[in-house]
Amino acid sequence: MRVVQRPKPKLMQSLYFIDIFKGLMLTLRHVIRNILNPDQMMVVYFPEQKKELPPPTRGRHRLMKREDGSPRCTACMLCATVCPAECIHILAGESTDTAIEKYPERFDIDMLRCVYCGFCVEACPLDAIRMDVPEVTVANYSREKLVYHKEFLLNHHNEDYVKNYNPPRPVIETHGPLARP
Amino acid sequence: MNSALFQFLNITIIAFVVWLIPLQFIPFLIWLERKGSAFIQDRVGPDRTDVLGFRLFGYIQNFADVVKLLMKEDVIPLQANRFYFLLAPFWSMMFSLIPLMSIPLAGSIHWINTTIHFQVVNLNVGLLFFFSITSMGILGIVLAGWASNNKFSLIGGLRSSAQMISYELSMAMSLITLLVVYQHADFQTIVHEQTGLYHFFGYTMCLPNWGFFLQPIAFLIFLVASFAETNRNPFDLPEGESELVAGYHVEYSSIKFALFFMSEYANMVVVSFLNVSLFWGGYEVPYVSTAQLIQSPRIVLLVLSGIIFIMGLLVFVVLFRHGWKQRTLYNGVKKWEPFLLGTGMAFIGLIFLILIPFWLHWNFPAWFPLALTALVQFGCLIIKVVFFCWLFVWVRWTLPRFRYDQLMNLGWKIMLPIAMLNFLVTSIFVILK
Repeated sequence: MRVVQRPKPKLMQSLYFIDIFKGLMLTLRHVIRNILNPDQMMVVYFPEQKKELPPPTRGRHRLMKREDGSPRCTACMLCATVCPAECIHILAGESTDTAIEKYPERFDIDMLRCVYCGFCVEACPLDAIRMDVPEVTVANYSREKLVYHKEFLLNHHNEDYVKNYNPPRPVIETHGPLARP
Repeated sequence: MNSALFQFLNITIIAFVVWLIPLQFIPFLIWLERKGSAFIQDRVGPDRTDVLGFRLFGYIQNFADVVKLLMKEDVIPLQANRFYFLLAPFWSMMFSLIPLMSIPLAGSIHWINTTIHFQVVNLNVGLLFFFSITSMGILGIVLAGWASNNKFSLIGGLRSSAQMISYELSMAMSLITLLVVYQHADFQTIVHEQTGLYHFFGYTMCLPNWGFFLQPIAFLIFLVASFAETNRNPFDLPEGESELVAGYHVEYSSIKFALFFMSEYANMVVVSFLNVSLFWGGYEVPYVSTAQLIQSPRIVLLVLSGIIFIMGLLVFVVLFRHGWKQRTLYNGVKKWEPFLLGTGMAFIGLIFLILIPFWLHWNFPAWFPLALTALVQFGCLIIKVVFFCWLFVWVRWTLPRFRYDQLMNLGWKIMLPIAMLNFLVTSIFVILK
């Protein structure tokens, strides 16, 4: 065991007052500078200014589309099963595309229950759900409006935002060669 | 007029004013604390709440706070001692409002054959009264800690009682020195003694005769002890939130919590008043005595107008700069607010500049110099108090918190011996003189 001797404070330091005075002057400098130049504070005035979030941000969910605009989702229920918060509710319907049998008639995500764990994205074998919409303010005035429906999840986001960063996997790879692209 | 009735009216009005002072200081101090801490940490602080688009730089936030605190559910824990639990916040608030009653706000005015006092009671034991009342305030915190039946609040209450009692000793010790120097315990005399220039062993210095220059060591000890007394930052162990959640007021909610919060700020105001009255000349304007103020109201008016004009201009420049740099941020009234306020301040300053020739030719009534003197002295007192309140805020956001053993060591092993030594040396000097 090695005992580390702390350096003994000098007389002036142990009197505190001089060092306290130095510290006070430092904070006063900040106050005066910030009163005179309020624009150089490192602050984002949030609702007016918004910071661009980087592409790999984990944000709110979105549903991916095929080329004809129908959802890639085949209502396999894997995401709803794996979800620890039980916030995904899927109602399956019969699809016109014979290769994939089912499609989600309803796809609701209760954002009040969601814990943003991202398990649904990992569970999905079809690359049909992603959590990359760079929105951090999921807020509303009523609880009903925070249950996001299929149409909202499919459409209300900027497609170009992530396209270059992480392009969707081809439908042939995930859904099989017979499915519509 | 009946002199007894007049005195009664005088005392009632002044008591009302004195009661209002801390209550008016509280929102100002909360604003100062928020904005000051924000600027020290390079943030903006509250600036969103507005009334018709006017934010007054975050001052409106206080109104939102009041509404929020009044509307919240008032929870009383089931296991708490109901009576003491309810008593504690009122106790703290009451004993932080009373001590100001013995502080003179301005010099007494002699008008025809009556005397108007700007002090509620001129006790000849004013200092002792002040101390006895402020030390009663500890009981509120201890009661809150014990009655809410919570371990954290109990520890907070215990800590605060230990801390306040040990620092009260060195505080009192440092003030005894002042008693020895002034040989009086009433504030009127103590403040009156601090007029004129400072005499140092027969030499007249170009400093005002303030208690600080007579007793600098006592002042430093008093200042440190007053931080501990008001539970403010370097010594805010009773509510060390990293250790005790929130300290003695964990279980309090709604307006009862607000009362504790307010009593903390009222305590700051009260201690600042004491500090200013004892060490910084109270209501006395430095270098200018009351008689001089009464004799030359024209010069006072000129100087006041000049100060108001310069301040108005300064505020105008700062606000316009502020508004110009943030002109792209907001819309509507919010965008124009700094410009509007700045123009208003500049306008007030200009009015006072234009009034200067008027002051020179105005035949004022006989009561005017007296009223002006009282106003100037009261303003001087308030300016000094605001500076010391800012010092509380400033220190809080600069220094880290002391550890408990460091706190006790500082109080008992360093400050108390120094205060006693100071007392001894001063007494010897006073006797030899």
